[in-house]
Amino acid sequence: MSEVLVDMRSITKRFPGITANYKVNFQVYRGEIHALLGENGAGKSTLMSILSGFYRPDSGEIRIRGKKVNLRSPREALEHGIGMVHQHFRLVEPFSVAENIVLGTTGRLQFYLNRKEFADRIARFAQSYGITIDPWAKVWQLSVGEKQRIEILKLLYRGADVLILDEPTAVLTPQNVRELFQTLRQMADSGRSIILITHKLQEVMEVADRITVLRKGSNVGTVFKKDVDERELTRMMVERDVLFSTANRSHDIGPTVLRLEGISVIGDRGIPALKYLSLEVHAGEILGIAGIAGNGQRELAEAITGLRPVAGGRIIVGGQDLTNQPASRFIEAGVGSVPEDRLGTGLVPNMNLYDNVILKDYRKPPIRRGSFLNHRVVGEKASRLVSEFNIQVSDLSYPIRMLSGGNLQRLLLAREISLQPKLLVASYPVRGLDIGATEAVYRLLIELSNAGTAILLMSEDLEELLTLSDRIAVLFRGELMGVVSTREAEIEKLGLMMVGSLAMEGRRA
Amino acid sequence: MINSWLANRFGLRVEKQIHVSPWISLFIPFISIVLALLVGAVFLSLTGNDPWKVYGVMFKGAFGSVFGLSECVVNAIPLLMTGLAVALAFRMLLWNIGAEGQFYMGAFAASWVALSFPHAPAYLVMPGMFLAGFAGGALWGLLPAIPRALLGVNETLTTLMLNYVAILWVDSLVYGHWRDPQGYNFPLTAQFSDAATLPSLGNTRIHAGVFLALAAAVVVHIILKHTVWGYEIRIIGESQKAAKYAGINVVKNILLVMMLSGGLSGLAGYCEVAGITHRLQESISPGYGYTAIIVAWLGKLNPWAIMVVSFLFGGFLVGGYTMQSAGLPAATVSILQGSILFFVLAGEILTRYRICLVERRNDQ
Repeated sequence: MSEVLVDMRSITKRFPGITANYKVNFQVYRGEIHALLGENGAGKSTLMSILSGFYRPDSGEIRIRGKKVNLRSPREALEHGIGMVHQHFRLVEPFSVAENIVLGTTGRLQFYLNRKEFADRIARFAQSYGITIDPWAKVWQLSVGEKQRIEILKLLYRGADVLILDEPTAVLTPQNVRELFQTLRQMADSGRSIILITHKLQEVMEVADRITVLRKGSNVGTVFKKDVDERELTRMMVERDVLFSTANRSHDIGPTVLRLEGISVIGDRGIPALKYLSLEVHAGEILGIAGIAGNGQRELAEAITGLRPVAGGRIIVGGQDLTNQPASRFIEAGVGSVPEDRLGTGLVPNMNLYDNVILKDYRKPPIRRGSFLNHRVVGEKASRLVSEFNIQVSDLSYPIRMLSGGNLQRLLLAREISLQPKLLVASYPVRGLDIGATEAVYRLLIELSNAGTAILLMSEDLEELLTLSDRIAVLFRGELMGVVSTREAEIEKLGLMMVGSLAMEGRRA
Repeated sequence: MINSWLANRFGLRVEKQIHVSPWISLFIPFISIVLALLVGAVFLSLTGNDPWKVYGVMFKGAFGSVFGLSECVVNAIPLLMTGLAVALAFRMLLWNIGAEGQFYMGAFAASWVALSFPHAPAYLVMPGMFLAGFAGGALWGLLPAIPRALLGVNETLTTLMLNYVAILWVDSLVYGHWRDPQGYNFPLTAQFSDAATLPSLGNTRIHAGVFLALAAAVVVHIILKHTVWGYEIRIIGESQKAAKYAGINVVKNILLVMMLSGGLSGLAGYCEVAGITHRLQESISPGYGYTAIIVAWLGKLNPWAIMVVSFLFGGFLVGGYTMQSAGLPAATVSILQGSILFFVLAGEILTRYRICLVERRNDQ
């Protein structure tokens, strides 16, 4: 248990504009299940991509079994016994299980492969890990859980003794999750090490021996599971500095603007992402949506802006039933949105500022004149927004991808606010912004709310939600765990609701 | 030794360029042509020809006489129209490789009008042919657009396949049903009536289609730059996610753009039969619809640039014909066109990305 298999020291990795990992130390012992915990964007995947040879660190060193190594490719990492199972499987669907496992293994070229003998060998090999598979089955016929087992077998067959699993349970049913955890435990007991990338606390508490928490690219701490509880881990994951106080906040709550009546939404993987969700947001109110990323926030934002159909329930905006109407109807009804993906969805990076400021209202006169765009009106709007919202831009006709993150978000908010929305859906509006830009965004949101707009604010940051919101709704696995008034909210209770350990009475009301 | 030292110490890294200067984006197509000519020269010398002589013959044939220049224009007309057609679709990231087939279907539909009404006056048959040519191409473009829009079926393959269908359809007509009984068994239809042919300029073969082609460039420019529809097309081309976010109906626009793109190619086919051949016949296009892809790309999908490039490529074709009559390999032109596209695409990547030599830190 004490032999250090993997030792990553002071790893730093920067991508244009962000530091994904900053001086991260990370050690894995032989025979342990080590959970790597953190919010989206905390740098978990980057760190593991470095360990498995996909990325190379800007600085820092990696030692494997005490020997310093230089991992230039996934193949080299595998030669050192490190393999990664990605969220998206890398299997050849029309091939059989046995073929997928042998594919890409090095060895002499055999013109004649004894298929029967080989398949038997694979089946025996799987059996030795307690995995039952049919080596002749075609991969496309298998369930997701079975495919995942093939991925794991593939790595074991290549001799990996450090297995990295990236969010392995995201695609599994609870039954499959139990089976997976049993397999993992069995492999750990046989002397292999498992690294589990996850943001699900319950699973961590269930299966991990040790836990490393990453936050904003840095290692917050590595702890033994027996020394911590979920509450402590939540604190490590989400704690942030308070940097803003909400003076000037008026609290005139008006009539209901958005009413969700038991909506259910199917996610990208075909699994329900929201289940019977009912909510109301009122004019002049900021309703915070708390929850660890991936618990249905994105699907909620998409449903309310008309980008994702609902499988059941009704969406009512300002008295109009907009259930399963096209996105343009939502825009007409006064729904603005600051999407999670600012540059690419909310803004078009390769187009200039003129084109970007009219993205939502180009269909309406005076911007539209017959079939034509009225360039004069567009120009006026662009310059007005730039000066009103203090957007730093050298030339309005340059592609906006040159702008800084803070300026982009100001531009996006400026455009949405200029349409005087009845409802604004803001998803992680300050993610990745520095303190100055963050404060500017907060101020804009508060002014908008004071002017009577209903705001739905999604955030992973409880402090931020407590600062800005009037009420906070907590999402966990697509279900509403409860709605609490900010005045009565306790951060620990919210934390427990975020991990599904606590639900309010009558939460489906 | 030095090599391995270098390889260990330095690595190559491909990075996205943050800023692309407009000067570079003009320079790249030019360099591409020069490099392609060099590659062609190597090929020509390897096959025992004198590259300078070949290029000289080509250049003189195309640009050395009034006749040559007029022929450049004749070839530029269909190139301009099909080039605009594919550029419009490319703007929306619709890979319409089917301009050739749409051209043939336009030619077929226009010929159908001309042959069905041999005694109709010009003021009826001309607009009829125009509309039929447009509709023929538009429907041929719409056909692959429907599965693309609704099911996401890759349009690159379907548009390409439909080219063969269209070409063989026209072949089957000129060899079969529509063959001119007085045509000595040649695969040709009967000649159109005078009312169904486009007037020519002086005694050149430049026909009135040149005005149509120039007008098409203006129309495409206006649509893209100044209309609400063009704005939607540009948004979809840049980011489908942003388009959906803005409430743009992507399905509707795929259908419309493919119809307009096909329609423009169809008009090119109409001009060719009404202006040049005056009948429908086999091989009415030497691959205009394919060359159009190179033309559109070299012109950076910009209507004005496509105008210039199609004239140049018209010159290539004329040069090729001249070479052929001088007993030199006409395939040189295809090689040159292919290498130009190759270098343009490579250059495109180099303008968007840069390759840097990076020192390997934390290495042994």
